Amino acid sequence: MIWLAILLGAAGTYLEKLIGFILPATVLDRPIVRSIAGLLPVALLAALVIVQTFAVGQAVAVDARLAGLAVAIVALMLRAPFLVVILSAAITAALLRAAGLAA
Amino acid sequence: MDLPPARRRAIRSNALGIGIATGAYGLSFGAISIASGLTIWQAQALSVLMFTGASQFALVGVLGAGGGVAAAVLTAWFLGARNGLYALHVAPTLQLRGWRRLAAAQLTIDESTAMAVAHEDTAPASRHAFWATGISVFVLWNIGTGLGALGASLLSEPEILGLDAAIPAGFMALLWPRLKDRLSWAVACTGGLVALALIPVTAPGVPVLGSALVAVVAGTWAWRRA
Repeated sequence: MIWLAILLGAAGTYLEKLIGFILPATVLDRPIVRSIAGLLPVALLAALVIVQTFAVGQAVAVDARLAGLAVAIVALMLRAPFLVVILSAAITAALLRAAGLAA
Repeated sequence: MDLPPARRRAIRSNALGIGIATGAYGLSFGAISIASGLTIWQAQALSVLMFTGASQFALVGVLGAGGGVAAAVLTAWFLGARNGLYALHVAPTLQLRGWRRLAAAQLTIDESTAMAVAHEDTAPASRHAFWATGISVFVLWNIGTGLGALGASLLSEPEILGLDAAIPAGFMALLWPRLKDRLSWAVACTGGLVALALIPVTAPGVPVLGSALVAVVAGTWAWRRA
């Protein structure tokens, strides 16, 4: 199942890239397409942040992931590089769990 | 092809810098893939075949959260749609046919497009920036993925190290630079709330897809107003 998702996903994202090279610009390059395509990553990434922070299957839970996210946001505000952002979230969650302060 | 050597060197060193930064980020993709239940080969296949970071993270994230193949694949496609618009933009400058066009398509991502656009003053500079950045990022992103996956697969329980908390942080880091005006903040907040509301009532993976509607509605509204 994972391989199926990888192959289908990769085929589709490749076609998206290729279509831009093959189709004449006038077919796709419309203001409404540009407007929606520009906002799609914003909505989807925000949803992924929320789901990955709060979801446990179909339940909503508050645990060490939320503290990790909060620290990551502070790191982003301080313009930390990607790896530092990720590591600070992971370390925060690991420490809270080790101390028994969060699930 | 008449690109001054100094300019060529400057572009290449810039491209290498971007590649190294992306490679570091590939490390976390590899590690997170393992934490989400993928094998090293599956993580590596994604970085070679899909090669567009946000879609890769999303596919892995949705699968890891228990979502189905359809939800994971659709989310990856939605996130990859912007690459098509990048391709439209760079295609006239690159002027490619045959296998070079097929290769350029795979390398059309945020970083290569941004570098091509930044050097649009002359066509040779823009072409060189696109290829140098695309190749540099492809190579280092894949090396990073392999090393990250290998490293994480040596760990027994990723949760003890807080790797599950690294996943939302990674998405936040991808989202952060896109929050540049009131509209994007509004779309992000609404998209997040819609997803939160859908978690208990839909299958895993669907909450993320549901938020795409927010982008469609907001994008249509912004287009009408413009």
